[in-house]
Amino acid sequence: MDTFLWIVRVGAIILLIWGVAGTVVQGLSGQGPTGEAWRDLVVAGIAQGAMYGLIALGYSMVYGVLGFINFAHGEVFMSGGMVGFFVANYLWEVRLWETNFVLAILLVLLSSILTSTLVAVIVERIAYRPLRASPRLIPLITSIGISFFLQYTFAGLFGVAVKNYPPPPDSLRSRVSLLGLEIEGSKLLVIVVAVATMVGLYLFVEKTRTGRSIRAVAEDKEIAALMGIDVNRTIVATFAVGGAMAGVAGTLWALLFRGVSFITGFLPGIKAFTAAVLGGIGNLPGAMAGGVLLGLFEGVGPQLVLAGFGIPGVSQLKDVVAFTALVLVLIFKPTGLFGERLSAEDRA
Amino acid sequence: MTGFDLRRSLRWGSIAGAVMVFTCAVGLFEAFEDRLLVYPFLSLGHVLLLWFLPLAGYQATNEPVLEGMEAPSKGLHNVVAGLVAGLAGGIVMGVFTVVVDALDVRDVFVRLSVRLVDLLTHGWGVPGGLVLIVAVPALLGMAGGMLHLVSASARRRLILALEWALVVALLEQVFSQVLRQIRLGAVGDIIFTRRALEWWAALAVAALVALLSERARGGVGRIRGYLFAADAARRTRNSIWSALAVLAFLIVLPQLLGSLLSELLANVGLFLLMGLGLNIVVGLAGMLDLGYVAFFAVGAYTVGVLTSPISPRFDLEWSWWAALPVAILMSVVAGVLVGTPVIRMRGDYLAIVTLGFGEIVRILFLSDWLAPTFGGAQGVRNVPGIPVGVAEIRGSQPVGVLYFAFGLVLVAAWVSWALQESRLGRAWTAIREDETVAAAMGINVVRAKLNAFIVGAILAGLGGALFAAKVGSIFPSSFELLVSIIVLVVVIVGGMGNIPGVAVGAVLLIGVLGGPTQPGLLAEFAEFKLLIYGALLVFMMLRKPEGLLPSVRRSRELRGEELSQDAWLDRPSGDVEVDARLAGG
Repeated sequence: MDTFLWIVRVGAIILLIWGVAGTVVQGLSGQGPTGEAWRDLVVAGIAQGAMYGLIALGYSMVYGVLGFINFAHGEVFMSGGMVGFFVANYLWEVRLWETNFVLAILLVLLSSILTSTLVAVIVERIAYRPLRASPRLIPLITSIGISFFLQYTFAGLFGVAVKNYPPPPDSLRSRVSLLGLEIEGSKLLVIVVAVATMVGLYLFVEKTRTGRSIRAVAEDKEIAALMGIDVNRTIVATFAVGGAMAGVAGTLWALLFRGVSFITGFLPGIKAFTAAVLGGIGNLPGAMAGGVLLGLFEGVGPQLVLAGFGIPGVSQLKDVVAFTALVLVLIFKPTGLFGERLSAEDRA
Repeated sequence: MTGFDLRRSLRWGSIAGAVMVFTCAVGLFEAFEDRLLVYPFLSLGHVLLLWFLPLAGYQATNEPVLEGMEAPSKGLHNVVAGLVAGLAGGIVMGVFTVVVDALDVRDVFVRLSVRLVDLLTHGWGVPGGLVLIVAVPALLGMAGGMLHLVSASARRRLILALEWALVVALLEQVFSQVLRQIRLGAVGDIIFTRRALEWWAALAVAALVALLSERARGGVGRIRGYLFAADAARRTRNSIWSALAVLAFLIVLPQLLGSLLSELLANVGLFLLMGLGLNIVVGLAGMLDLGYVAFFAVGAYTVGVLTSPISPRFDLEWSWWAALPVAILMSVVAGVLVGTPVIRMRGDYLAIVTLGFGEIVRILFLSDWLAPTFGGAQGVRNVPGIPVGVAEIRGSQPVGVLYFAFGLVLVAAWVSWALQESRLGRAWTAIREDETVAAAMGINVVRAKLNAFIVGAILAGLGGALFAAKVGSIFPSSFELLVSIIVLVVVIVGGMGNIPGVAVGAVLLIGVLGGPTQPGLLAEFAEFKLLIYGALLVFMMLRKPEGLLPSVRRSRELRGEELSQDAWLDRPSGDVEVDARLAGG
């Protein structure tokens, strides 16, 4: 059994080196993407990864506090992006979108955050609270049910068509020069917003009273309760904060891809969970770093590794790269790259 | 007034209101407004809209009776509470209707149309129709409250009678088809009008059920007594007889159903086969495998590629029987490849990683990279049927597929049962209950879990092989995550770890609602199928995690009951009940 894992480990490393070497050889002989194309892949990967990171925070916080994977978190993210679309569309119709884009996007962001927070809190109240004492697979299965229920509720409410946000203003579509690197404006905005949100969250968790009670409940619910912390309220706060982060991510998704539909939440949700595990579940800076890393793997990986084998259509395989990353991390470093932060009972 | 709790009534009323608003907003009401259940006045849409109200009215005063306390007297306060709850629900609904009528929100909420307001107010327009919208819920809530006034057994009979009348109306297709097959089609023509049950026939069905329900309860009890007889030798003999009875029933059944219903039942068989496999992994060994569809896909693609005359790479044109062992072998290989790395993971990580494997397999089958072998998005077509003697079993003859699927299911059920009772089955149970202790008792945990994975993979691969021959063409889109989830719901709704439970789950869900791409008996639900699956999963987890037909041991684990030393030690001396419960476990 262990031999098998060693074979997998060595095989993975050999394949990785082989693929990269193949790509390098292709590059040297003048085939393959140019330097600028590589740069764009890296930037796109980081921007998308920053968004994964924000969603990952919700998985990580809920896992830290309750010890289960909130599978429906991807739908929480989708709900924000979906409602944000209607606000954006309205602002486009009243021409605020063009005349004052900053105000418009702030309003969209606000609506997205409110929706996602609300959905996360309602789901906690209805579905997860009654299951606190159940074996851990029960809330996981419940959250899968919630995930489908939310998807098809949104399909029923708003229709199944893909909804395209109005185009961002020209200033965002052109390239901006930053530290000698030319970056597309919208991607830069995504990265800046994600980093700012993350810093805000970090300060919230480390410095405020609620943040401290979240950490205490994650450490040990019973002792936290004995210390006078209202555990129920703290758990609601955790879901609310995770939902708010997902709401921000919903708007960032709109900036990156524009199209939102009821199944938008599924893949980013799984990938964000991957990011959370990659960074070490329960570890908030880890979740963000894990997100960026996963975005990079996914953005660059197919071109860098798979193209080296001469595989056609590598961009189709970007999800395979992400899932393979998940599998490999969980096989070889289930505590994540930066260490998980879980109480003893959750680790069991 | 004692027992009347205004806040409780209002709470249940507003929940009922929320249910009604939800039903309208996601389009359930409007979609089923046309489908009459009881001719000429009750549509499925109305049932879906209003079903919660009597429940809310009943719940408005339903308080647990504590031991040693007198049960609160029944009386007017129950009716008033129900009325208040219904009224509150009606007012929520009225406000909703006014808002929808006044504001044009169709651009955002696609279902909130003019037609919806028309249907809700029965064409009376907004001020006039509001009376209906408030009064009907109030009356239904009151009816719910009145249920407290009758005795428990009368209540049970009443509810059962209503349920049966609705079920007969809903499953009109089955009843009229069976009546036609046994040459009583004329009866069907009389009691059903425009796919709905005539009102007098509905009353007759309800009356019949109400009269017979007590007798039927006795019958169920006797059957249970027969199957679970205390004497082991007699139990074995009885279960052989009942198995033969089931077999005879299965042989006769397709003749009664006609080809359309046989087709539905063949899908049930396919999913039951997979459900039995997943039941071993999830129900017996306790591993939540969300990538189960991967093995299904491997089985289907192996058969497809080896047998199809236009297989993209190979030119083998094997028979299904020759391809089957290869398909099973490939499933075993896939099971080992997926199983080995995931087995040591925490349960929830295992779920996500298997999900990842499932997606990887689907994307690979879809990719340009493997398209020369598996056809990419075009898939593999012209997969031949299964040759049996001179005949060939394929999708166009559903009765044949049905018999074949039944045969496979019986084999799978027998294998499951034999494994469950074997040393390996006991090892699985031990692992599921406490892995550390199981390891300490000398069970090779990793090997036992891997075996579960492999058996599960074989049954899914078999399902895939059957699927390939049945539908004749295989596309990557048939192997979405949804398949895994739906098989999981089948196992969970039926009862994890219990073979008859899985069968019940498959018949109820796949047969009635339909599979991921297969239509069910209620084909009109297609659009809302997954909404219902999701809601069902949540409902089961919250209310009945052990499923409809639970296995006794599993239900205790899922409810977190620790019926062991602690209960025994804590018992007051001479507590017979605890001893009896321990003995029963």
